[in-house]
Formats: sequence, C-alpha cells, structure tokens
Amino acid sequence: MSKANLLDRRQVVATLLAERKGAIAIGGLGASTYDIAAAGDHDRNFYLWGAMGGAVMIGLGLALAQPNLPVVVITGDGEMLMGMGSLATVGLQKPKNLSIVVLDNESYGETGGQVSHTAATADLVGVARACGISDSRTLSTLGEIEAFATGMQDISTGPRFANVKIDGANLDRVLSNRDGIFVLTRLRGSLGYSPI
Amino acid sequence: MHARSDTPAEQAASWPDDIFALLKRFEVRQVPYVPDAGHSQLINRVLGEPSMRGIPLTTEEEGVALLVGAWAGGQRGVLLMQSSGVGNCINMLSLTQIFRFPFLTLVTMRGEWGEFNPWQVPMGTSTQGVLELAGVKVLRASHAAEVNDVMEAAASQAYDACTPTAVLLSQRLIGTKVFVK
Repeated sequence: MSKANLLDRRQVVATLLAERKGAIAIGGLGASTYDIAAAGDHDRNFYLWGAMGGAVMIGLGLALAQPNLPVVVITGDGEMLMGMGSLATVGLQKPKNLSIVVLDNESYGETGGQVSHTAATADLVGVARACGISDSRTLSTLGEIEAFATGMQDISTGPRFANVKIDGANLDRVLSNRDGIFVLTRLRGSLGYSPI
Repeated sequence: MHARSDTPAEQAASWPDDIFALLKRFEVRQVPYVPDAGHSQLINRVLGEPSMRGIPLTTEEEGVALLVGAWAGGQRGVLLMQSSGVGNCINMLSLTQIFRFPFLTLVTMRGEWGEFNPWQVPMGTSTQGVLELAGVKVLRASHAAEVNDVMEAAASQAYDACTPTAVLLSQRLIGTKVFVK
C-alpha cells in the first residue's frame, strides 16, 4: 500500500494541530478520527464514529456559532465524497473561520481498502472550488502543511479547502473517546456552555 | 420543492408568522432548510431577521449535522423541510441519540389530504413512522388555530429537555397543491 513521497497521515494531522491554540478540530468517521486522537486528546476535539458525510456540516454549524475561533474539519476522501453537497452549502455561507482538510488515500481504508472515486476521476479540489470555496488547493509537502496550519488560524480569510494525498498504509488504530455526549459536553464546556 | 398556487387565503396566513415569533422568542439562530412552498413565508421571515441565519442545504441530512455543530458552538437551530426530506435524513438522525442535543424540525406534509401527485404518497405516508423509529417525538398541527400551542410544546421539549422533536404541518393546514382545476 505504501507509495514513495506520499505524506504520512499522522504526521500531517500532528502538524496541523501542533500550534492549534483555541482551534476546534472535527474528525470524520474512520481513520481521520484516529489521527486526531493520535495527535493528542483535547477538549476541543470532536470525534465522529458515524454520521458518514456529516463532518463538514458539523464544522459549518460550529464555525457559524463561533466566528472568532478557527474550526478545522479533518476527514477522508470517502467521507467527503458522501457529503459533497456540503461543499456547496459551505461555498454559499463562506464562513471565514472554517478550514477543511481531506486526507486522501484514494480508498476506503476502514473497510478493506476498496478504491474510491478520487483514485481515478473525482477531483475534490476542483469540486470545492467550483462550489465557491476559492481557496482550494492540493498540499503535497510538509512545508505546505505547516503553512496551511498557520493559515487556518486566520479567521478572516476562509473558508479554505485542502486535499492531501497521503500514504495509504493502514496504521494502528488510536481509539478516541466514542461517547458522543461526553465529547459534545466537553467541547461546550471549553466554550463556556453548561449542560442543560 | 413545489410551489403551491397562491390564493388570497394563503397569502394572509398568520400561522407562519406565529412560528417565526416563537422561534425568535426561543433564540433560534441557525435555520437550515430545503425549500418547500409550505415554508416559503417562514423562510422569508428568517432571511429578513438579523438574529437568524437561513442556511439553504443541498439535502436535508446536512441540516441534522449542522444543528449538532450549532449546539456544540452554543446556538439553537431548527431544520425546515418537506416530508420527502425526512427519508433523506434517516442515518443522520442517529445523531439525536448519540449527542442528545436539542433537535427540532418542522416538516411540511405532502402525500396526504387530497394529494394529486402519487409520487409524494409513499414517503408522506411513512414520514411519521420513520421519525418515530429514529427516536424522534412527533407532534402534528392540522389547523391554524393549534399551530401556536403545538409549536410551544415542541420548542419547549426540544430546547429545554433535549427531546428530539418533529412538528408535522399537515397538508390540510398548508393547502393542497392544485395541479388541475
């Protein structure tokens, strides 16, 4: 599965979140959630273990509710393909504090590595741009990841979209907390909101 | 997704304004929607209200996920859709149990009460059952005079008790779409 010169997904996510400050990070169903957990548990990590196709919309709701905080959605190509319409919804709302990063291994790694549409034909960067997310790019070096991590702290220039071609090797799972109420309540608490 | 014929009675309907006033009183901020003619008056009020954000969706399930994010960020929302959209939401409705967040949706009904279009009937017939199987409490308003009370109950249990709730606004209330005279 390994290909030369492709980025390591864990290193990509660790780099994105190394200097996160107050940023909220949403992890899409599957390995993206493990990658965020591997980078270190955090009150502002929002792990998904289901709701395939919903990660970007959760990010949009958060970004609109918390316009002064950076919000980053980190998800996979399969999860993004299922929620492709949400890029059109984001393109219309244009939240300046929202960043979307797709870790693109061109396959459904969690279910046996079946190839996804991005392996051959689907161009998610083109889709995002065509949906009105003009800052839409491919990242292929760690230097570009570092620059993106700095850029996503700027809450006046989003939304932005990045597709990162990553090494398709399946890594050991790093299991995050999977109690949704706990994760939600913890995030709300860090933003100053009490339970009902 | 269909425009109903504009009759003077529809234009003068006050129940959409009642709903709007109640949503405002409950400090609803994010209003995702897939348009339906039965929601058009309410959508227009929302789009004209600075404290609310009307958010057009490409498919209704986006709205369920959006409302999770809104609540995680401290805001209440409400999802506006037509009965056919409920079917599009099924898997995403899991989130109402996973997160126990204040989920409220207002569903304009098709496929009942003199429906002309047979394509609306299957989903319209299963709308309430689908919602209930997904764990969503269902309230219904069939007459303009009861909309306010039904909405008050729905908003209270959704926002104050995090009980996922749908209000079905019946085709009898909204007016059957007229295709043929």
